[in-house]
Amino acid sequence: MTVRTTDARTADVRDAPATIREALRPARLGPADVVRVGAVGLRTRPLRAFLSALGIAIGIAAMVAVVGISSSSRADLDRTLAALGTNLLTVSPGSTLTGGQAQLPSTAEQMVARIDGVRSVSAVGKVAGAKVYRTDRIPKVETNGLAAYAVRTSLRGAIGARLASGVWLNAATARYPAVVLGATAADRLGIGRADRNAQVLVDGTWFTVVGVLEPAPLAPELDTAALVGWSAAEDRLGFDGHATTVYTRSAEARVESVRELLGPTADPEAPSEVQVSRPSDALAAQRAAGQAFTGLLLGLGAVALLVGGVGVANTMVISVLERRAEIGLRRSLGATRGQIRSQFLAESLLLSALGGAGGALLGLAVTVGYAVYQGWPAVVPPWALAGGIAATLLIGGMAGLYPAIRAARLSPTEALATP
Amino acid sequence: MIALTDVTKVYPGGVTALAGVSLSVARGELVAVVGPSGSGKSTMLHMLGTLDRPTAGRVRIDGYDAGALSDARLSALRARRIGFVFQQFHLTAGASALANVADGLLYSGLRPARRRERAADALHRVGLGHRMRHAPHELSGGERQRVAVARAVAGEPSLLLADEPTGALDSASGAGVMALLRELNTAGTTVVIITHDQEIAESLPRQVRMRDGRVVDDSTADRITTGVVR
Repeated sequence: MTVRTTDARTADVRDAPATIREALRPARLGPADVVRVGAVGLRTRPLRAFLSALGIAIGIAAMVAVVGISSSSRADLDRTLAALGTNLLTVSPGSTLTGGQAQLPSTAEQMVARIDGVRSVSAVGKVAGAKVYRTDRIPKVETNGLAAYAVRTSLRGAIGARLASGVWLNAATARYPAVVLGATAADRLGIGRADRNAQVLVDGTWFTVVGVLEPAPLAPELDTAALVGWSAAEDRLGFDGHATTVYTRSAEARVESVRELLGPTADPEAPSEVQVSRPSDALAAQRAAGQAFTGLLLGLGAVALLVGGVGVANTMVISVLERRAEIGLRRSLGATRGQIRSQFLAESLLLSALGGAGGALLGLAVTVGYAVYQGWPAVVPPWALAGGIAATLLIGGMAGLYPAIRAARLSPTEALATP
Repeated sequence: MIALTDVTKVYPGGVTALAGVSLSVARGELVAVVGPSGSGKSTMLHMLGTLDRPTAGRVRIDGYDAGALSDARLSALRARRIGFVFQQFHLTAGASALANVADGLLYSGLRPARRRERAADALHRVGLGHRMRHAPHELSGGERQRVAVARAVAGEPSLLLADEPTGALDSASGAGVMALLRELNTAGTTVVIITHDQEIAESLPRQVRMRDGRVVDDSTADRITTGVVR
C-alpha cells in the first residue's frame, strides 16, 4: 500500500520481481489437454465430423477388405495345397511331330512305377466318343459336356479326391457297370447323391451311380466326368486300354528328378510326345494372379482414401474459418501460435484416426463376412491394419497442416474482430 | 501497471488508429477509456492486452516491455497477468459454465483438477455458484457475461480488460456486471473498461477520453484522490 507519486513506468518495473519476470514462459499443454481441445470441433459439429471421418473410413475399409479377402483366399489355396500336396505329377500324351494326337504306350504306367522316388501311380483313360446321359430320352446332342473315363481304383488316393456321397470303385465294382460321378457331372445330370436306383446311360449302357465326388482341385478335368472301372470300360464301352493321364505321387524331395525322368520313361521311343505337368502349379499360379489383382484393387482403395483426405482437409479449412472468434479468444486467454496450430492439427488427426479405426473395423467385418460366406479361413494381416492406421495419420496430418498453420498465423485482433 | 509512451498504431493502408498516446495506470485503479466509435479505443484495448504491437512507442504491462517480448512470451503474459471480458461473451456453446471457465485456465499450466477448482471458486465469486452446470444457452445475458468475467478472473490476473462489457446487456444486467467489476477492483485487480457509454464512464473513478486516436482528457485529478488505493 504505497501512494505512487513517481512515474508509473518506474513503479511498474519495481513491481515485478526479477524472478517472476524471467519465468515468463508459456505453459505446455499435456497430451490429454491437446486431445480434449482438439475434440472440441468434433463435439460441437458431430454430423460433419462423422461424414468427413466416413470418407476416410471408406478408403481404409476398402483397402483392409481387399488385402483381407485376398489374404483369406490365398490362405484357403495354401490350405488346399497343403492338404493335397505338391508332389503330384501327371503324364499325358502331347502331339506327334506331324501334329496328330499322340498316345501313351500301354506299358507307361508300369514303367513310371519303377522310377526311383515314385510312391504311387494311377491312371485314367478317356473313353473316346463315350457320352453320358441321364436317360435314353435325352437328345444325343445334349451331352452336357460330360465325358467318360476309365479309372484305376488307386486314382482317388493319388489325386486326393473326397467323396461327397456313396463309395469309391473297388476291385469288384470296377468290373461291373458302376460309375462314380465328378461333382459337376452329378450336378448337371441332376443326381444329388449316390443311390442304388440312380442310373446313368454311358455310351448306351446303363451304369449305377455308386458314388459322387467333391470337386477335385488337382484334377479339375475329372469334375465333369463319369468314372468307370478300367475293366468295365474295356468290356462294355470298347475302351482301348491306353491311359490318357498317368498320376504319380513321389517323395517331396524327389519331385524335380522324377519330373525329368517321367517323359523318357513313359514313352521311351518318343519322349518329346509326352506332356508332364504339376497340377499344384496351377493353384500356385492362381495365387500369383490373385496377388496382381489385389495390387490393382489396393490402388483403388488408396484413391478412395485420398478423396477421404481431401474431405478432411475441406472440413478443417471450414472449421478454421468458422472458429476465428474462438481462435481470437484462445489467443487472448494466452494460447501461443503453436498451441493453436496443435489444436487444429489434433482435430484433423482425431478426425482421420476415428475414420481409420472405423474403417479398419469395417474392413475386418467385410473380410470375416466374405471369408465365412466362401468357407475360407478369415485372415487379415497385421501389417494391413498397421499400415491403414499409419496411412490415416499421415493423411490426417497432411490434411490438417495447412488449415492449422493458417489458424496459427491469424492475428488475435483480426480473429476477435470476426462477429 | 500500465505505461504507454507515445504509442502510435498505423494499420496497413495508412489508417492511424493511435496517434501518440501516453497513459499510465497504477496498480489497483479502475479506469474507463471512453470515446465515440473510431476514436481508437479498440486499438487501445489491443495495445493494453498485448494482442497487437504498436507501430511506434513503448508499451509496458506489469513491468514487461511488450514490444521486446516474443509472441510466445506475450502469450504467457496474457495467460498469467491479463484477463479479458468481451462484449459478445465468447462462451463455448454446449459446454457448461464450469467447463467454460476452466477452459480459460487451459493455458495457465495448472493441472485439470486444479483448473476446475479455481473455476468453481471464480463462479462463486461472481455469484453463479448455483448455475455451474448450466450451458450458456440456459443462462440470461447478464449471467453469461458473469461467466465470462469469472473466466477472465479465474487465473487471478493483475489486469482485467473489459471491452464494452455491458454493450449486449439490458441496463439491469449491465448494472449487475458493473457492480461485479467494481467489486473485483476493490479486491485488488486493476480494471480498465473500454466503453462508448458516457454514463458508465462517469460512474468510474477515472476517465480517459479519446478522440481521433488521441487522449483528449484524462481525469487524473480524480486519480490522486480515489484511483490509487494501495
